[in-house]
Amino acid sequence: MSTKPPATGVAADIPLEEQLDWLRSMQEIRFFEEECHRLFARGLVRGSTHLAQGQEAVNVGACRALRVTDTMACTYRGHAAVLAKGAPLDRAFGEILGKAEGLCGGKGGSMHLTDMSVGAIGSFAIIGAHLPIVLGTALTEQYEGRDGVSLCFFGDGSTNIGAFHEALNMASIWKLPVVYVCENNLYGEYSPLATTTPIERLADRAASYGMPGVTIDGNDIGVVHETIASAVARARAGEGPTLVEALTYRHKGHSRSDPAAYRPEGELEAWMERDPIVLHERALIEAGVEQSRCEAIRTQAEADVTAALERAMSWAEPSPESRLEHVFA
Amino acid sequence: MSQTITYKQAITMAMADAMEEDERVLLFGEDVAVAGGAFKLSEGLLERFGPRRVRDTPISEQAIIGTAIGSALSGLRPIAEIMFADFAGVCFDGIANEMAKYRYMTGGQVTMPATIRLGNGAGTGFAAQHSQAVENWFLNVPGLKIVVPGTPADAYGLLRSAIRDPDPVLFFEHKHLFGTKGEVEDAPALVEIGRAEVVRPGTDVTLVATQLMRLRAVAAAEALSAEGISVEVIDPRSLVPLDVATIGESLDRTNHLVVAQESSHDGSWGATLVARLMATHFESLDSPPLLVGGDDTPIPYAGPLEELWIPSVDRIADGVRRTLAYGHPA
Ligand SMILES: Cc1ncc(C[n+]2csc(CCOP(=O)(O)OP(=O)(O)O)c2C)c(N)n1
Ligand SMILES: [Mg+2]
Repeated sequence: MSTKPPATGVAADIPLEEQLDWLRSMQEIRFFEEECHRLFARGLVRGSTHLAQGQEAVNVGACRALRVTDTMACTYRGHAAVLAKGAPLDRAFGEILGKAEGLCGGKGGSMHLTDMSVGAIGSFAIIGAHLPIVLGTALTEQYEGRDGVSLCFFGDGSTNIGAFHEALNMASIWKLPVVYVCENNLYGEYSPLATTTPIERLADRAASYGMPGVTIDGNDIGVVHETIASAVARARAGEGPTLVEALTYRHKGHSRSDPAAYRPEGELEAWMERDPIVLHERALIEAGVEQSRCEAIRTQAEADVTAALERAMSWAEPSPESRLEHVFA
Repeated sequence: MSQTITYKQAITMAMADAMEEDERVLLFGEDVAVAGGAFKLSEGLLERFGPRRVRDTPISEQAIIGTAIGSALSGLRPIAEIMFADFAGVCFDGIANEMAKYRYMTGGQVTMPATIRLGNGAGTGFAAQHSQAVENWFLNVPGLKIVVPGTPADAYGLLRSAIRDPDPVLFFEHKHLFGTKGEVEDAPALVEIGRAEVVRPGTDVTLVATQLMRLRAVAAAEALSAEGISVEVIDPRSLVPLDVATIGESLDRTNHLVVAQESSHDGSWGATLVARLMATHFESLDSPPLLVGGDDTPIPYAGPLEELWIPSVDRIADGVRRTLAYGHPA
């Protein structure tokens, strides 16, 4: 695999109708995250919340290359990935609001959205924790002679934790059907990548595990989809794991309390020019889609998010007894 | 018909029988396949069940635990071996933060039928980093079952139960007991997790101990019987769930409690047991409960020093005598 040509924003071999659905999904996620931001400001979200505006193309492009029966694990910055895998908007809001009908019954919260029914097997808030866990889900597929794939999202900073090394090494030696997707958004918390990591291209690390490594434009959903689809096909065929480094950018700070003052002047603006939703919309229109169609999708996405939030807000708090449930089976 | 087997053979047999019974059971760890395990506990399993089900891993404890978690939540029944329990330190997050909490944090969306076998305990001269009673590290992590067999029959029966259990089980195998022998049926019985065993009935004092300390507690009880002291020895066999009821019922009859443990005091299972019984059976006690344990030091290497650290039969017997002498100065 090699680095893809410059951004086009559409995938040549995917029907436009399907790509319009990618747009819908990215729009929903964008509105969802903006609502989360507001909910936090209103004191309705406990702890912290880590938003993914700007990174939607990585999550949606990658998850759309998976089957619903394939599994996906992600980080605390995971609302987008879990929604992209197919979790319902209202129950995701419900979890973040700590409601009984939330995805995890209010026991996980913003950092731990999980929906096993769509293969979103967990959002992990200990850096690197899930990289070894997907070895196990992938092993089950290999063990049972099935062709399911496990996809694992993580950040650039997460490539410096030991679990990254153990996981990629073992995935490769056992030829497990895993696709490791590094969302390189240039920062780990407040530290620019260059201050923590002695190499620029994180995909280069794949070489020491004897697996393919590829760096792509993570804001071009067409490129993301195509790259992940070929890594998934490789995994399904029993040829082992791939490391994909998707270059992207988070529009907001690390977490709700971070104004991101450490960013150099002009950096955010430059990346806003390459907003993945804008890029995809523009490309769809160039490919012949009516602008009004894109606008309708946006309006519908906003309305769906608003309605989902209203439903979630109306749901009950978890019962006091529920706190004692689910420690053991 | 019954047979005599070693603790080590019991573990091997339990894994083999479980793999025979259930196709979803597999074993992985460092050197468990081709070499048959660092302690030879999986000898013959690769030959019998093949490389799909018996697998060598790299030296990667985080990857081993992660593989156990992921395969358990997706439908397999993994047995993962952590060669020396002390290595739990390098995969503590996987055990304590991920495996233990997965079901809870997802609101019950997953079950986690993983068994982690860990080589535990002192007495074999491995020094401070390969000898600890590591079960104590995990007592304060809700969501884990903790099993501590002391005999071949319990090692077999509890391991079979652990593998069938829908929850994560830490199965501690005491290294000093591998060669000890015991009777089991030809088709040995499963042992329910969470049921203490009254090893030796008695009327004067309740003596609670696990693993190597169980053997020494029985020896101490035998020595004391010659002095006319009747000791009831109880082995909890699992620390989570802990069968406080059986121990409490004994205490109601004997009115004296001694715990022998291969651990220093703070944060230990013995201290936890004493605290719980003080709260619920205070009125039954005729003397302060006594913990006989290791010093508050790492475990020393030299033979005579390690022997001083680990509670001996004499120290346990002396603890019982002192407890019974409470309020009756000589
Ligand atoms: C083991 C561990 N160490 C530190 C943290 C605190 N922490 C949370 S997010 C984060 C930055 C991670 O950066 P990156 O992997 O690039 O992901 P991003 O937040 O950019 O998506 C850190 C250090 C943690 N959660 N876990
Ligand atoms: Mg980052």
